Amino acid sequence: MNNKSLPYLLLLPATLFLAVFFVYPFAQIAVQAFTAEQGFTLQHFDKMATNWKFWPSFWNTIILAAIVVPLQLVMALAMASIVAKLKTGRNSILYVFTIPLGLSDLAAGIIWLAIFEQSGFLSSMLVGLGVVDRPVLFLGYQNLWVIFIAVILAELWRATAIVMVILVSGMGLIPKEYYEAAEVFGAGPWKRFLKVTLPMLRPSLQTALILRTIAAFEVFAVVVALGGTSLPVLVGQTYDWQFNLRDSGGAAATALVILAISIAATLVFLRLLRTPRGATP
Amino acid sequence: MTEARSVDVPRPVSDITAAGRFLFVAGVVLLCAWVLVPIYLLLVNTLSSPQEVTGFPKTGLPSFNLGSLQFFAQFAGVGAALWNSVLVAVLTMILSIGIGAPAGYALSRFDFPGKGAFRMLVLMTRAFPLPLLALPIAVMFIRVGLDDTPIGLALVHTTLAIPFAVLITFSIFSGIPLELEEAAWTLGCNRLQAFHKVVLPLVLPGITASAIFAFTISWNEVFAASVLTVQNRTLTAFLLQSLNVSPLHLRFAGGAALVVPALVFIFAVRKYLFAMWGIANR
Amino acid sequence: MAEIVVKNVAKSFGAFQALHSIDLTIADQEFMVLLGASGCGKTTLLRIIAGLESPSQGEVWIGGRRVDQLPPRQRGISMVFQNYAVFPHLTVFENIAFGLRMKKLPQAEVRDRVERTAELMHIEQLLQRYSGQLSGGQRQRVAVARALAMEPDVILMDEPLSNLDALLRLEMRAELKGVLAGSKTTTIYVTHDQVEAMSLADRISVMNGGRIVQAASPVEVYRNPAARFVGSFIGNPPMNFIAATSDGDGRYRVAGLDLDGPAAAGPRLEFAIRPEDMTVAPGGLRAAVRVVEPLGAHTLVTCEVDGAVFRAVLDSDLRIAPGDELSLVPKPDRIRWFDPETSSAVPVAS
Repeated sequence: MNNKSLPYLLLLPATLFLAVFFVYPFAQIAVQAFTAEQGFTLQHFDKMATNWKFWPSFWNTIILAAIVVPLQLVMALAMASIVAKLKTGRNSILYVFTIPLGLSDLAAGIIWLAIFEQSGFLSSMLVGLGVVDRPVLFLGYQNLWVIFIAVILAELWRATAIVMVILVSGMGLIPKEYYEAAEVFGAGPWKRFLKVTLPMLRPSLQTALILRTIAAFEVFAVVVALGGTSLPVLVGQTYDWQFNLRDSGGAAATALVILAISIAATLVFLRLLRTPRGATP
Repeated sequence: MTEARSVDVPRPVSDITAAGRFLFVAGVVLLCAWVLVPIYLLLVNTLSSPQEVTGFPKTGLPSFNLGSLQFFAQFAGVGAALWNSVLVAVLTMILSIGIGAPAGYALSRFDFPGKGAFRMLVLMTRAFPLPLLALPIAVMFIRVGLDDTPIGLALVHTTLAIPFAVLITFSIFSGIPLELEEAAWTLGCNRLQAFHKVVLPLVLPGITASAIFAFTISWNEVFAASVLTVQNRTLTAFLLQSLNVSPLHLRFAGGAALVVPALVFIFAVRKYLFAMWGIANR
Repeated sequence: MAEIVVKNVAKSFGAFQALHSIDLTIADQEFMVLLGASGCGKTTLLRIIAGLESPSQGEVWIGGRRVDQLPPRQRGISMVFQNYAVFPHLTVFENIAFGLRMKKLPQAEVRDRVERTAELMHIEQLLQRYSGQLSGGQRQRVAVARALAMEPDVILMDEPLSNLDALLRLEMRAELKGVLAGSKTTTIYVTHDQVEAMSLADRISVMNGGRIVQAASPVEVYRNPAARFVGSFIGNPPMNFIAATSDGDGRYRVAGLDLDGPAAAGPRLEFAIRPEDMTVAPGGLRAAVRVVEPLGAHTLVTCEVDGAVFRAVLDSDLRIAPGDELSLVPKPDRIRWFDPETSSAVPVAS
């Protein structure tokens, strides 16, 4: 049909919306981070970096992501491979595996709080087994590493599902003949996984890694729910600057740091896992 | 495999598969437990009396005492927070589908200059930590009088949901052959009639699923909600705010109030999760 | 009355020229087949006539009315699609009734017409089924019934049989021919299958590279290809071609043989003969046999003549083996000549 303007008409609302609520605000953050009353300045970054909590929160964020994301990838691959092998009950198991996908990070934090708090289920179990004789305060600021582990567990529990969903869909796109061909040429299950599944899954792995790493840099509510302010992270810092210190320049500068590491991670994954031209099935 | 072949001793196949089978089933059970047990424990706490929640040791069995839930329901601000959460999520759902679905349709049906640029814009949103948008938008909203309003927060949540809405509806519309629409045109329909009579009935379940997905995104969002609302807090913002000051049983009941609807949502959209990610990957 | 006239229609997709200035007239109630390999522009031409694609230039007239700016619904056409396009959310009845309901016909007439066309297509038992419960052949029948129920002036068909298996295709082909002959509509039928084209068409338009190379009756297209392409595309196995040089006086030397050719032609021509138009007799083309394929009634012999592949369809009583030397005599009235420069046919009579 001869209607050249229709697609543009249909795209107009979404484009306008993204311009106003995505492009413009980010431009604003950037401007805000670099300006003060007298014009261009780096004072917000200076202030941010010299805040005693900045570097701990920076490294906490990075280390959390560096531990959580690879573990999630391995778990998700295992789950996806299991699902691929399932014959009976595939849908039910798949549903169970995807449940955490629908939960907020705050809910996940509260769920793991029920396990780790002093009078919680972990203490109860340890006392019941006679390992300790009275409830343990796991999540105190003296036990920073326990908070760390609790946050890692909560993040693994909550966000592995999205990686799995992406990988399961990706595996669904791999034609069966490749596996059959590999088997004919003598590849065992492990070899088939390494030589067929992983390379063919490259685009899905890329999507999953980018998505998850960025989300991991945004970790916030889980940490607050489990550790309060004992374990500072970057988004928490942003929140602090905005509300507790009432300094939007500092908040903008911190937000830009998160943006910078997010973009850096994205570029790394885009480069690392790029699919060679014409190598798609 | 290689050893077995080189020594060439036939092993009873059933033994290998029995052992492998056991490991496999054990793995499945373990992973299911890993997902389900924490939720179960939260529900145990929710269905116990406030004294039991703070008490020690825990049995791991619910007493089906509704004390915690009653306390939660009557706690000042909870009702309003729940209402705000629902309101914002419904607004987000309407906005993101209303704005995202036409774009998804355009991407699936037309080739036009600028299509690549638009796809780029949508995909780019994925590389950005979107909740941080709330900071400059908060300033913007104060200027136009949208601060601390459900519609204001819904606009920000829509920004989070639109990339998904566009990509999911794109994949749903792409699943409807253009031929069907063309057939309707040759049978006397104009574009709108063909959409209404042929495309819409076929995509409705998928669109509903993506609407529920948008609802869930808003329902679960914490950071922007906390930044943008003060008096009109959503449930997530309310819970985050009161984490330090509220008693444990309030937190657990609140957590359950967040989790239970989400369980239903995911159940409702489970069929579409995989289809949409399969397409969204490209 | 629905004569279709295509005037100077061209279509380009970006830099790709899909159709070059097409002129074509299809008479009222004629069965026209657009035949060509994939990418030749036949489907694009059909879609332009249907109104699903707009031409870059030119005009389309249907029944004396210019339609190229009208949407499909105002052109008085029906269409059968390659993948049937049976609406999956409607029953067979509702599918066939779809267009009639759009026309706002009275309920009784809708029912009547649906039942009549369903009977015609032998699907009256399937009216309450959904397309998911139908086989490919049944879906095909629904698609045709849906188009016929509209009682259109023009039916357009885009490779309607290409997704059916061979046996079903044969059956549907015969049935389509019968039904459409009774329906008094003008039909345009797109296919890449020459047998289908031959068996169905009143007239075939052979297309190549976005142009109509020849539009003529099936026998004419087969016997007197207007261009080298037509000869090599139609017929299985295709026509044989051998370079020929003029001896003067309308005599041409073809692989060592002296033959009568067109009087007023250039020094170089191409000699062409269909594989079945030769007999084994002394004094013919010298052919070295490479492969022998018995086909039952005939035997297909692939040989080498003048260094090029040359096929002959011979009587299966002949005993021929690879390595044999044959002498193949072309039937004089079946010899055709082509100009190697323009690729078009050079008539002997002129």
